[in-house]
Amino acid sequence: MLRKIRIALALIFFLGITALFLDFTGTVHAWLGWMAKVQFLPALLALHVGIVVALLLLTFVLGRVYCSVVCPLGVMQDVVSRIAKFRKKGRNKYAYSAPKTWLRITVMVVFVLALLLGVGSLVALLAPYSAYGRIVSSLFQPVYIAANNVLAGMAERADSYAFYTADVWMKSVATLSVAVVTLVVIAVLAWRNGRTYCNTICPVGSLLGFVARFSLLKPVIDKSKCNGCRLCERNCKAACIDAKAHKIDYSRCVACMDCIDKCHKHAISYAWRAKTDHVGKNGDEKVDKSRRAFVTATAVATASAILKAQEKTVDGGLAVIEDKQIPERKTPITPPGSLSAKNMAQHCTACQLCVSVCPNGVLRPSTDMMKLMQPESSYERGYCRPECTKCADVCPAGAIRPITVAEKSSIQIGHAVWIKKNCIPLTDGVECGNCARHCPAGAIQMVASDADDDESPKIPVINTEKCIGCGACENLCPARPFSAIYVEGHEVHRFI
Amino acid sequence: MKKNMKENNKNIDRRHFLKVLGVGTAVTTAAMYGCGKKERAAVDSLGHHDGETSADKMTYRENPTTGDRVSILGYGCMRLPTVSSENAQNGEDEIDQEMVNKLTDYALAHGVNYFDTSPAYCKGLSEHAMGIALSRHPRDSYFIATKLSNFSPDQWGREESIAMYHNSLKELQVDYIDYMLLHGVGMGGMKALNGRYIDNGVLDFLLKEREAGRIRNLGFSYHGDVEVFDYLLSRHDDYHWDFVQIQLNYVDWLHAKETNPRNTNAEYLYGELVKRGIPAVIMEPLLGGRLSNVPDHIVARLKQNRPEDSVASWAFRFAGSPENVLTVLSGMTYMEHLQDNLHTYSPLVPLSQDDKDFLEETARLMLAYPTVPCNDCKYCMPCPYGIDIPSILIHYNKCVNQGNVPESSQDANYRKARRAFLVGYDRSVPRLRQADHCIGCGQCKVHCPQNIDIPNELHRIDHFVEDLKQGLL
Repeated sequence: MLRKIRIALALIFFLGITALFLDFTGTVHAWLGWMAKVQFLPALLALHVGIVVALLLLTFVLGRVYCSVVCPLGVMQDVVSRIAKFRKKGRNKYAYSAPKTWLRITVMVVFVLALLLGVGSLVALLAPYSAYGRIVSSLFQPVYIAANNVLAGMAERADSYAFYTADVWMKSVATLSVAVVTLVVIAVLAWRNGRTYCNTICPVGSLLGFVARFSLLKPVIDKSKCNGCRLCERNCKAACIDAKAHKIDYSRCVACMDCIDKCHKHAISYAWRAKTDHVGKNGDEKVDKSRRAFVTATAVATASAILKAQEKTVDGGLAVIEDKQIPERKTPITPPGSLSAKNMAQHCTACQLCVSVCPNGVLRPSTDMMKLMQPESSYERGYCRPECTKCADVCPAGAIRPITVAEKSSIQIGHAVWIKKNCIPLTDGVECGNCARHCPAGAIQMVASDADDDESPKIPVINTEKCIGCGACENLCPARPFSAIYVEGHEVHRFI
Repeated sequence: MKKNMKENNKNIDRRHFLKVLGVGTAVTTAAMYGCGKKERAAVDSLGHHDGETSADKMTYRENPTTGDRVSILGYGCMRLPTVSSENAQNGEDEIDQEMVNKLTDYALAHGVNYFDTSPAYCKGLSEHAMGIALSRHPRDSYFIATKLSNFSPDQWGREESIAMYHNSLKELQVDYIDYMLLHGVGMGGMKALNGRYIDNGVLDFLLKEREAGRIRNLGFSYHGDVEVFDYLLSRHDDYHWDFVQIQLNYVDWLHAKETNPRNTNAEYLYGELVKRGIPAVIMEPLLGGRLSNVPDHIVARLKQNRPEDSVASWAFRFAGSPENVLTVLSGMTYMEHLQDNLHTYSPLVPLSQDDKDFLEETARLMLAYPTVPCNDCKYCMPCPYGIDIPSILIHYNKCVNQGNVPESSQDANYRKARRAFLVGYDRSVPRLRQADHCIGCGQCKVHCPQNIDIPNELHRIDHFVEDLKQGLL
């Protein structure tokens, strides 16, 4: 019974979180957004003390149920082991293995150090929930969107607007590769030995394991009933039951209840044991050290091949549109609500939830080694639209704080920079002003390029005090592949 | 598990969609049956047995100068069918020659004998395609009309223009042209007329070609500045125009100025031609489909009056009824269009005075809809910055006609209309080709025969889209 409850709850969480990462419309988040927010590491980084304490208390009372119910990566491993079990004709050959304490401690130390030193990429690599998020958003969301697009095509034919098409695009090769490697490694480990990852590498598992050691409720073997068949040991995917010695390593037990159901003799029960000492751990791993300054001082984007307006002689047809290229930004842009590059680096676990929900193609995982896979904005596919606050709504880790649409319009995440040699009125000799026309902040004016000649081509001038760095100008600039106006990020966001 | 996931995601909207899909299929099937029956019935009542419009019932008009018997239905070759391909949205569509041949054969077999093309049509491929299709028939079985489409100032030179004329003969595989037109005079005013045809002596050259018999009829097609129209007619005694092509339909007859103050009512244009006894060739009888794709209550109104006839047939009967009309051009992309038009004109049932009053009332009702008067002629294309101008305007018009252009968020159907407009916008026009990318350079403006202030309209639509997206209405 306990096992069935565990499986039911685990499936609810697993499917819910998967849906969060698949959904690109932002509707699921309104209902299930909390499922991401109760994840341990994001909650810790967001300094949601309430959630962290509640999870620790939960573990202290029930053991590591977090790992078998709430954590999507944990449940994913259970799913893989379950499939493995069917393929192996129902017989699992797990066996007790000694705890690899040294490995757990090493990984834990590395992880804490990475957190303290602000090496976001390493934190992101080890964080379990984020690893799952990356797998779904880089590998499965594209499939989901493609399927949606098929339905959208059918809807279009039926003149229905129930579905709309969304773009599938390669956001980052690095992140995709990491996701593939993570999936393969974890799946292979789970196929062969169950919860190896959770009990050797996962820092959350290690921390909760430490608490679970003293948990109030835990599976206990009744020696008087045990006939020594070792069925429990063979079915323990955490490899933590030493049947011979009638001992369970509670730091590794994820409270899956499989052993309780398996035992023919009813020798294992989930029992109340009040004899433990009160050793709590408040999980306050303060992150206070600043991460290294951003580097990459480089020359500004060059080489512009502007679409030449050729004289038309026949009717119809469409001009070829060259793809925009990403300008080299001295300071990367982070989305509104992220406060600063530092805040982003310290809180983000690179789960990709914001990236998977961004409807404008703005957010993508960074390729900078120091903050690998953490989100970054760029405007060659779209711009940070004034009515959208989706990334801020979904972020579970406090890396992007919740903001309102009104607040967004007053947050300067960067400022626009004009590149004279790309500007169409000067190169093509035509009227433009598309940047000024679309600036939601009214920060761009068009002025005559020659102060003495009112008839001279008009060029944009930017009032950086008003500019919020949304990128409408950069995205809608007709100059290609490099825009004549682009956004430089602000390391610390400002408020107007 | 996948199934579970799906069920989780399914919301009412999707369920509703699937339902609509199901019902839609059923209705379509029913409608198709319905059509079939109706058509058979209509045909039977006219006494045909072959299930098609009879080939010998076409109405013909006589050209007073050459005595040509011209079918009242003329084939416009500006909207030839294309092979739809993956890349069609990127402008890489090709003409479907096989279908062009089929349509041409069918049209000729059913009495159509006037084909109107231009070196500029269909990205410059129309003449070539029509040359292939028509050269398979005896030269005396059809009249070919083409134009001197030297719009771009680089083509204003005498040699370039004459080369264009010779190239037309080559592409069309003929050694004489039945109907030759100065193309779109009025666009660009007197300046363009002088630059294109007068100063470089090209008009004199064409007059000589007419004397030599390589041009059997010389005329001009007119759009835009009425000064040019009046000027050319005032020189009729010198030039002896054999025909003039004008835009005529039941909206432009009396209301051209209401759509655009720079346009001229067809009643005036036609009247001037009658005065001088010059036959009129009619273009845009259907306004690029805007007179067949009309709001539902107008469909109901027209259908109620003549339930067996198509919406488009009203427009064609209107254009064909005046006696001085030589032929009515229709750019028929699909076989169904051709068949419907053949049905309307085999034979033409001229409008009664009641019918005319009825259409005049209909025109007034249609003017209440703030559509952009774009006929999808694509003269504005290609936009050097990649904007798909006609698709944007057509999408906007479609939404206007379907009531999906909400004026305020308080409108009863606001949410539905907003979604239909925005989702439909992304479907009709790729994002990079939408109105927000229009820089307002104005290069398209001079090419529009309907005098639409294109950049202004695009910016207005873009502004509306922004209001919808940001929820500012």
